[in-house]
Amino acid sequence: MQPSKALLVKVWRGDASGGRLAEFDVPQQPAQTVLDVVTWIQRYADPGLSYRFACRVGMCGSCAMMVNGVPRWTCRTHVNKVLDDGRLTIEPLRNLPVIKDLACDMSEFFDKWQRAEGRFSGISTRASPVAEISPRDAARRNADAAIECINCAICYAACDQVAWQPEYLGPAALNRAWSLQNDARDCRYESRLRAVTADGGCQQCHSQQGCAAHCPNTLNPTASIAGLKRMATRRLLGLDEQHDD
Amino acid sequence: MTEWRLYLAQRASAALLAPLVLLHLGVMIYAIHGGLTADEILARTRGSLLWGSVYGLFVAAAAVHAAIGLRNILLEWGRLRASWAGVAAWAIFAGLLLAGLRAVAAVVMP
Repeated sequence: MQPSKALLVKVWRGDASGGRLAEFDVPQQPAQTVLDVVTWIQRYADPGLSYRFACRVGMCGSCAMMVNGVPRWTCRTHVNKVLDDGRLTIEPLRNLPVIKDLACDMSEFFDKWQRAEGRFSGISTRASPVAEISPRDAARRNADAAIECINCAICYAACDQVAWQPEYLGPAALNRAWSLQNDARDCRYESRLRAVTADGGCQQCHSQQGCAAHCPNTLNPTASIAGLKRMATRRLLGLDEQHDD
Repeated sequence: MTEWRLYLAQRASAALLAPLVLLHLGVMIYAIHGGLTADEILARTRGSLLWGSVYGLFVAAAAVHAAIGLRNILLEWGRLRASWAGVAAWAIFAGLLLAGLRAVAAVVMP
């Protein structure tokens, strides 16, 4: 099919020191994604444009950008669903420093995963029996509800609290911590609970639910963060089970 | 004071305020609806340990709750440094507590 008309696309060009929106006319195609638009610009209009992508099917989480002011996976966003009067504005993810053009520096995002102790720590060895965990177990259901995060940072870009309080760990790191707190095989319960209630921790969340509204995997990090708040409060009041770590 | 402790203090004060606000609304409606005069109200409250305790607790909880909430607004929207927001929060807490306790004293002191 021949292109019917051109899209007016504004793309943020620049680096950490600043930048501007550059305008491009891009041929509109059927079933065209925002990532297709960015790729067309780099191939045919501006080879110097930097952006990040890998899988193109919504599995890797690397192509997230601001599209008309909303954080989205560009590979899974059809242009015709987000066009605003025939226009697209594509910018780097909010709340993260820019490296160049549409590529952000994700270091602080992953550093915060470490600060929230978002890594699994088991005590089992090769000789240990396989842990028997019922899928109907309440903690396992909590972990399952939070576990499909692919680290795309869309929730982080959507979060006003991250914008206001840069020290805040953010929805993704806390959601990850919640899934591990509910993992019976993990052995850092106490230590992680201290980490997520340190300054910048779960108490900073105002439950505005920007993360849940924008998560492409329909996760609800706000609910995970509320779970951490409840867990830490119950721990303080001595209402939870004892953990050995 | 850590952010976590401030969070707990604000939630605990909210838990106290929820029933106290309802009680206060009920007392106001009762006093107005029944057509009590100021003298009749003062006759019931002066020297009353119960009213002094209830409204003293109300004032303390409101002072804690409001000061922490306003501190958050100063930090997040006002972009104040944590030290300055802390000073402002303590000043708000002290002002609300003093004004509130003065009002309570005016109606319960014999």
